[in-house]
Amino acid sequence: MNIINKLKEVSKYVLILMLVLSYASCNLDETQTVTTLNNLVWEDDFNTNGTLDASKWAYNIGTGDNGWGNNELQYYRSENVKVQDGMLHITAKKENFQGAGYTSGRILTKGLYEQKFGRIEARIKLPFGKGYWPAFWMLGANLQEGVETPDDPSTVFWPLAGEIDIMEYLGNKPTTVLGSVHGPGYSGGEAVSKAYTLMNDRFDTGFHVFGIEWGENYINYYVDNVLYNQITPADVSGEWVFNKPYFIILNMAIGGNLPGSPNSETVFPQTMIIDYVKVYQ
Amino acid sequence: MRNNNLFSLRNFAMLALLGIVTTSCERELSQEAELAGYPTNAEVFIDAFSSGLEYYPFAGSKMTAFSVDTEIKYQGKASMRFDVPNFGDPEGAFAGAIFRDDNGGRNLSGYDVLTFWAKSSKAATINDIGFGQDFGENKFQVSKQGLRLTTNWVKYTIPIPMASKLTKESGLMWFAEGPEGGDGYSFWIDELKFEKLGTVAQLRPAIQNGEHIITDSFIGVNVKVAGLIQTFNLVSGIDQTIAVAANYYQFLSSDPSVAKVSESGVVEVISEGTAVITATLGELEASGSLTIKSRGYFVFPTKPTRASSNVISIFSDHYNNTPVDFYNGYWQPYQTTLSADFSVNGDQILNYTNFNFVGIQFANPIVDATQKANLHFDLYIPGVVPSNFDFLVTIVDFGPDQASGGGDDTRKQLFVRKSASIVANAWMPIEFSLSSTVRNNVGQIIFENINFSSLRNIYLDNIYFYN
Repeated sequence: MNIINKLKEVSKYVLILMLVLSYASCNLDETQTVTTLNNLVWEDDFNTNGTLDASKWAYNIGTGDNGWGNNELQYYRSENVKVQDGMLHITAKKENFQGAGYTSGRILTKGLYEQKFGRIEARIKLPFGKGYWPAFWMLGANLQEGVETPDDPSTVFWPLAGEIDIMEYLGNKPTTVLGSVHGPGYSGGEAVSKAYTLMNDRFDTGFHVFGIEWGENYINYYVDNVLYNQITPADVSGEWVFNKPYFIILNMAIGGNLPGSPNSETVFPQTMIIDYVKVYQ
Repeated sequence: MRNNNLFSLRNFAMLALLGIVTTSCERELSQEAELAGYPTNAEVFIDAFSSGLEYYPFAGSKMTAFSVDTEIKYQGKASMRFDVPNFGDPEGAFAGAIFRDDNGGRNLSGYDVLTFWAKSSKAATINDIGFGQDFGENKFQVSKQGLRLTTNWVKYTIPIPMASKLTKESGLMWFAEGPEGGDGYSFWIDELKFEKLGTVAQLRPAIQNGEHIITDSFIGVNVKVAGLIQTFNLVSGIDQTIAVAANYYQFLSSDPSVAKVSESGVVEVISEGTAVITATLGELEASGSLTIKSRGYFVFPTKPTRASSNVISIFSDHYNNTPVDFYNGYWQPYQTTLSADFSVNGDQILNYTNFNFVGIQFANPIVDATQKANLHFDLYIPGVVPSNFDFLVTIVDFGPDQASGGGDDTRKQLFVRKSASIVANAWMPIEFSLSSTVRNNVGQIIFENINFSSLRNIYLDNIYFYN
């Protein structure tokens, strides 16, 4: 936050300088420094049609506990996840399955690829309409599933295990995404979060790049070529739990606490289309 | 290091912004030049009439309903004020007008919405508001029907279905609104302009309101594709549906030898058979369709032979009809009956669809049927006669006040019961005598399903009184 304030102070001088420069020439320098890490260490470009690469991804199936902790309405199935035309398709359908009113998909790299620090980004086209809640996010690799045992120090549960939401999106706010962290003392509604809103564009009409550049004691959030937030230990009200490995998750939830349920206008089925997921160091 | 990153970002954002707003980029200039022809002025009314803008109220509307208000405005110096008249206002029954560019039109192809701020003196719903009505062909008319206003200023967005069509549009805004519950009220519009938002998306066009309609028809029939609507998703995440003109669409017939469809969505039935009318809007396929089931040549009812001096005609191509107020009163809230009237080789046929009851009124002047105290009409039931067919015709005499209601109305009920002579797909001449009562102030005929009859589709022709 301090950095941002300093920027505001100097911005008017920058503006004057830039006015002079821009009238002189139309040659814009398009190489802004949003990211600094460019050594590709892991990727899935989704270029092989069919099912997922099992060496990179696993599925979460079912409804989790209490709708994955959020009263979500969907049942996750592997059938709703497909690779075609060089893209990963996660499709949400309105259909009754195993007591749920919707089906969708959720995949993760847990146990297959877990990473501490780096630049993690994906290029994604999102759906629209109330109830859609797609996300590109990470959970701490030492997360323990199931019921917490308070006296056992070897078990680390959410939110102590930590969560980095690179991109969350609500289909009834088609121009806005959220970037957040959850940790001990700052989770759920108290997560440290910032919204990024597109001007004159939407997230459901084309592909956009969502990423973080993450290092020791900082996480920078960017969308396309705009760096819009930085979170550091000074921004969180509890322990910083992000200097350790995390795994990647892609999913599309329907309904639940954050988006609310779909309404009569919500169009089904719709697909979250992912062009690639890349990790740089 | 991190500071530097953010710094670069900010610099870049400034540069990018300036690159857009300055005029130093050759490419953008030349694009502007190619669009030359009609001005691209986006402003309709900000604080005053924009260049070329003129006000043209609708016939029958209250001409003085519009004024420029310098007291109440969203911002700037003035707003557009509209005073919707009370019911019975002698100056006009409603407020309605077009605002037209009289300099020949504007090139609106670079915009994607018409926007404005509006509020009203009480919560109200404007019947129709949009653009593209020019008192000419209204080729690219758009209407948001039922726009809800509040007493607070709210920004409204009316999407342009296909901006590339609007290279010479003079209809910059139009509206029509009547009293609400008999009472007039006022509403204000400010900062009326076209904009390029880039945030209106997910266009979903439809014909026949997105439904698959199947209709019986005949050679020579002309019907118009109806229910032309498009749904957009606004930046708020809320869908908005607008009614649009046929010229935005391209229509297609699955079998042009059975039925062909014009650019303006008029279907002409040519031969016996089935044809499905569908439409596209640019690359998008419109939902809904109109299936024409042509039964071949239309069989007209037997031509009336009574001398015209012995007839007072309500609906016939063979007599001069008395003035008729309406052939469908659309009586709310219980009437479901719609009109799908058609003509075959110029001969008009009344077609009532989704029928439960319908009234025809002819009270200006009233009909004196005392000397012609018999009713004739020709009835045609396409498809099948429902097993529970039961049909009532009511003649309403408005009494000495010659107006509906007033405590002096009398009614004569005429029953058409199910019998062997009630058949489908053939004209049935039906005649009744009214002679048992005085009929000198007849103002209405009401056709009605009774006893839960499930008759839904009828044709009527040659409705007249005779002696």
